[in-house]
Amino acid sequence: MSNGPERSEKVLVAMSGGVDSSVAAALLRDQGYDVTGVTLKLWGGESDSGCCSVSDVEDARRVAAQLGIPHYVFNLADDFTRHVVDPYVDAFTTGSTPNPCVECNRSIKFGRLLDRAVALGFDRLATGHHARVRRVGDAYALCRGVDTAKDQSYVLYMLGQSALSRTLFPVGELTKADVRATAATLGLRTAEKPESMDVCFIQRGQRTAFIDARATTSPGDVVDTAGVVVGHHDGIDRFTVGQRRGLGIATGARRYVVDIDAPRATVMIGSRGDLLRGSVELRDVSFVGAPHPGTDLLAQARAHGEPVAASLEGTTVTFLARQPRVAPGQVVALYDGDVLVGGGIAT
Amino acid sequence: MSDGVYLDYAASTPMRSEALQAMEPFLAMEFGNPSGGHRAALAAKNALEEARESVADLLGARPNDIVFTAGGTEADNLAVKGAARAARAATSANGVVTARFEHKGVLASVDRLESEGFRVTRIGVGHDGIVALDQLADALDATTAVVSVMLVNNEVGTIQPLDQIVELVGARAPRAVVHTDAVQAVPWIDVASAAADADLVAISAHKFGGPKGVGALVVRGNTPLEPLVEGGGQERGLRSGTSNVAGAVAMAAALRATIDARAADSVRIGTLRDRLVDGLLSTVPESFENGDRTRKVAGNAHVGFRGVEAESLLVLLDIEGLFAAAGSSCSSGATEPSHVLDAMGMPRSDALASIRLSLGFASTDADVDAALHLVPRAVAQLRAAGVAA
Repeated sequence: MSNGPERSEKVLVAMSGGVDSSVAAALLRDQGYDVTGVTLKLWGGESDSGCCSVSDVEDARRVAAQLGIPHYVFNLADDFTRHVVDPYVDAFTTGSTPNPCVECNRSIKFGRLLDRAVALGFDRLATGHHARVRRVGDAYALCRGVDTAKDQSYVLYMLGQSALSRTLFPVGELTKADVRATAATLGLRTAEKPESMDVCFIQRGQRTAFIDARATTSPGDVVDTAGVVVGHHDGIDRFTVGQRRGLGIATGARRYVVDIDAPRATVMIGSRGDLLRGSVELRDVSFVGAPHPGTDLLAQARAHGEPVAASLEGTTVTFLARQPRVAPGQVVALYDGDVLVGGGIAT
Repeated sequence: MSDGVYLDYAASTPMRSEALQAMEPFLAMEFGNPSGGHRAALAAKNALEEARESVADLLGARPNDIVFTAGGTEADNLAVKGAARAARAATSANGVVTARFEHKGVLASVDRLESEGFRVTRIGVGHDGIVALDQLADALDATTAVVSVMLVNNEVGTIQPLDQIVELVGARAPRAVVHTDAVQAVPWIDVASAAADADLVAISAHKFGGPKGVGALVVRGNTPLEPLVEGGGQERGLRSGTSNVAGAVAMAAALRATIDARAADSVRIGTLRDRLVDGLLSTVPESFENGDRTRKVAGNAHVGFRGVEAESLLVLLDIEGLFAAAGSSCSSGATEPSHVLDAMGMPRSDALASIRLSLGFASTDADVDAALHLVPRAVAQLRAAGVAA
């Protein structure tokens, strides 16, 4: 315990009711921090699980009670709807593929919640993300979690120095197996809880129904790369660039969605070759530290996607070898080895 | 509860010693089932019926009119659903009229009735926290089966003009049953007189120094009701299930003690409340009071601080050892935006910046001193941090 933190530091731990954040709270308590738990009520509608349901809040409260730490529930449902759910629906209706976890981290957890934590007098905010914050001189670096298969640095691409200086990711130092073992050793009720996989505010398999209930989507044509109509669809929100299954088009060769033209409600399909691109243009670019153009970077375009060699100049990421097109709306996170450099959102 | 300044009496109260003492024998020695036939049962039966007589007497009802329930929400459900369903079965009247600021026990019951085909009207509330009588008048007609308006609002503490409501119903919907949720009224006003002309009156013991899990519905005369819980036919068939003898006995004792102390408590606590609210309004910039204080019960203080998130303020106060509330708590512990303040036409930003500090029989000058110290300081801290509501 001699190499630990300032002992009296007050930490607010975002507890989702899952095993990772439960263990995060336990580890911090055992490291000597003054720990308080908080669970966010983000969504009032139907959902399978994730961060929103009453039973998840109940799990978090019970874990907090077991750890002997105070626990609160913050209702950030209005903010969640405005900053996460509404843009999610809008994105699908404009032909892009949103990542709501990223927007939740940006606007809710490391936005509203972090602001609140500071206002309430907490020194730090902690979450159960698998990532690591490293102090390098006067600066903070964000590295992949020890368990690379569970690494979540990708959905934290937007964190900068200000947020990182106030953030702790205790379970980023552990493998998932270690996390579960720790939870079991401590007798935490969440030790065996399954992971949340899907979008937390939508029931499994109900994405189209969810979007149809909130937006107008119109049917349109499916065309090939020459512009010839080869079929029809019920709404562009049902498609993602790069998608292969469920196109509803019977052709001999494998076909992928290569483009979505929202104003004309047209979905273009083509071969894998038609999908390949040498570069991607980003918006909402941010850097963990100083702006960092570079030639020896790794680009990752999906939450658990394979990083590929790339360079960054301005807002353009150029791949060393051509890659399947990144669906507009998806995050491209850039790494230098295991260290997150920053990233942006594909346009 | 850990040590601290408790200002959430509208949510629940500590038990009065009279109630605790009264119930103890029935938790241990006198455990008989009052529905039984032997002597052990008889002792419990006697206690239950004495409690019923006492509650009836204190509420201005006859013993036969008292139906013990498991609390205020159940009493509201039995009243609203029970009266509406019984009326429709007998007369085909299918109108249900209530106010938008009712307790969820009434509102959810009304929603359920609506899904069963009842015609529901939810009337508005003035900015002063008083139900809109003109809207009520417009909503009433010969097909109205049930009218449910609370006697005292649980969030802003305003006392509703039940006599005028009963008069309107009598003139426009004479066959309608009038229910009033009097859960928040008992510590402060004479329910026997204020609700004398209501057919159904709901109370809940833990709001006045009794235990949780017991309440009562006054069912006057032969007001037709369809039961929700059926079985052994206890409580005149209106609420089956083995009677909560200890709870009923404790509720009767708490009610007696509350009513004995009411006149003096109301004056003493009203003075404390005025000092609290006036102190906050005069020391905290951009603060405001919700509900017309001249029409409130003595224990209710409801104040807002522009630009301050009530949810953050409550956490900060909790950390400092002051327990208060905002909106109504849902089962998850999250604060829901107040439907009461919304019904009163308050802008959402003001509603989300408002908290309820509710006082009760054990509140002291020291509690008010502490609140007058802690609340302005917490508001200032949050404003300095710039977390806007």
